[in-house]
Amino acid sequence: MSLDRRQFLRWGAAAAAGAALAPGIRLIELAQARSPQEAASALQRWGLLIDITKCTDCDVCVTACHEENGVTGHGRPETDAQWIRKVHLRDKRTGYAQTLPFMCQHCEHPPCVDVCPTGASFKRDDGIVLVDKHTCIGCRYCVMACPYGARSFIHETVSGQKADAPRGKGTVESCTLCVHRVDRGETPACVQACNRDGGKAMVFGDLNDRDSAIHKRLRTEPSSQVRPDLALNTGVRYQGL
Amino acid sequence: MARTHYSEIEGRSPGFYALLSGLGALILAGLGAAWYMEHNGHYVTGMSNRIVWGVPHVFAVFLIVAASGVLNVASIASVFGRDLYKPLARLSGLLALTLLAGGLAVLVLDLGRPERMIVAMTHYNFKSIFAWNIFLYTGFYAVVALYLWTMFERRMNDYSKPAGLFAFVWRLVLTTGTGSIFGFLVAREPYNSALLAPLFIVMSFSYGLAIFVLVLMAACRWSGRALGDVVLNRLRNLLGVFVATVLYFVAVYHLTNLYIARQHEVERFMLWDGGIYPALFWIGQVLIGGILPLALLFGIASRRATAGAAACVIAGGLAQVYVLIIGGQAYPQLMFPEKEVSSSFFDGVVAAYAPSLPEVALSAGGVALALALTAVALKVLPFLPRSLADGDVGSAAA
Repeated sequence: MSLDRRQFLRWGAAAAAGAALAPGIRLIELAQARSPQEAASALQRWGLLIDITKCTDCDVCVTACHEENGVTGHGRPETDAQWIRKVHLRDKRTGYAQTLPFMCQHCEHPPCVDVCPTGASFKRDDGIVLVDKHTCIGCRYCVMACPYGARSFIHETVSGQKADAPRGKGTVESCTLCVHRVDRGETPACVQACNRDGGKAMVFGDLNDRDSAIHKRLRTEPSSQVRPDLALNTGVRYQGL
Repeated sequence: MARTHYSEIEGRSPGFYALLSGLGALILAGLGAAWYMEHNGHYVTGMSNRIVWGVPHVFAVFLIVAASGVLNVASIASVFGRDLYKPLARLSGLLALTLLAGGLAVLVLDLGRPERMIVAMTHYNFKSIFAWNIFLYTGFYAVVALYLWTMFERRMNDYSKPAGLFAFVWRLVLTTGTGSIFGFLVAREPYNSALLAPLFIVMSFSYGLAIFVLVLMAACRWSGRALGDVVLNRLRNLLGVFVATVLYFVAVYHLTNLYIARQHEVERFMLWDGGIYPALFWIGQVLIGGILPLALLFGIASRRATAGAAACVIAGGLAQVYVLIIGGQAYPQLMFPEKEVSSSFFDGVVAAYAPSLPEVALSAGGVALALALTAVALKVLPFLPRSLADGDVGSAAA
């Protein structure tokens, strides 16, 4: 193939333009990514999809979560905090047994946020439900209001805290969806552990993003929420329930 | 009608100081318990992640509900124009303030972070019924204080009817707010009913009047003031009506649930096989708090029977609030219908709870605070009529 002068100039100009524009386009991409200083955006809604047909008897998700967030017990199961737990189900009629990881369901309309008198329980624009440790007065009304029993009250002095997961006696806490990891562009610790050492049952992603794996799965496969009758539109969804 | 004369109680007798000392000791024990719980954390109590509200909340809710109800006596006088109740109105207003103080003290001292009350006063989420209640409770103080002023200050007497009406409406809203703390909770099957708001209002009528009757009888007896049968019989009949109304609302609440298939399990738990809770319901709430007082009030016309009935109403009322608050949490939350549920976090099982000494001490401290404030106020200001003898109030009885 031979190029005449006119063609050479045309291709050359196109290549030069591409070289000039590409970094700019890349910059736009970078500019659209969230910086640590930037507030969470309602353009995203973070969620989890858990396929309980793949969930085995292991508890790597629980261990990983509590390690990541420095949630340690005092050997008092009634008062020790649990951010995520394995729930075992057995059908009352048939005896069919299942197990699943269960945690804060990150509702779109969270009852814990509704009842909190000081606004310490809050939902980020991207759907993550959190507790502001500075304004929680420890009234436990959110624990009363949560339909999923997902919250823990810190009953005694805590030690070994992680910098990313502040905790304090006399306040309430629950799964943060590993918000510190999500903000760094990573997946929650439970999901990472499940996919590495467990049954690969958990998918994390943006429920609003049509191109995300979680959105594709929810679009094409059956799934359900726990207590859908409450119309809370949970961010955590289950398959095989 | 002769003008009612009020006077302070003398408050110098050894009995008065013994009473204050006893109450003071209980208040100190309550403060000590609060410090102990705050210092160690709530693991030293009987409360847990499944029973987050325990005995302190039972007493706090009881006292707050009773506080709004005890004002009823004053409301009957100024809003509904019953002159017989007018001499009782000041004491009614006083008890409304002191019972609320006792209840709120317990509630606040049980918080995980009681030192953060300033946060609760400066950060509001107006969708929270708790946040409304902060305004309703503090507003109640202002409204009742104003109402008392219109009663005490002769030049303001003409305004006592509108002030009383305002206080009456305020207290109805307040008790609705207290009932709605539970009524608006969708997460728990035993709550989640609009009926809880009116139920709390009739409970307040009943508990408040029972406390009023006992305090009035004790105050008149210990300060040597006459308390005639006319006043007492009227209060006795009224208490009987209130007790019966509470029983009616409780019956409607349970019958509604019994009719709804998905509520059958809850009713079975609360009324039959829930261990301590059905026992407290039938023996405490219904028998001691309902049937026995009705028999005493309408069957035996004696002062001792009236006082006994009032004491039964208080005991039964505490049982009722215990069953509601703690039984309501003990019953496992329904998350997976038709499944047996188990986990390391006590899902699917009845949560265990045993009241601990610090909780009981804090609760008793709140009651003692309310009574001590009442005793001191009676000594400082003329809340109590010099005489409630039949001749002094009888002309107004018609």
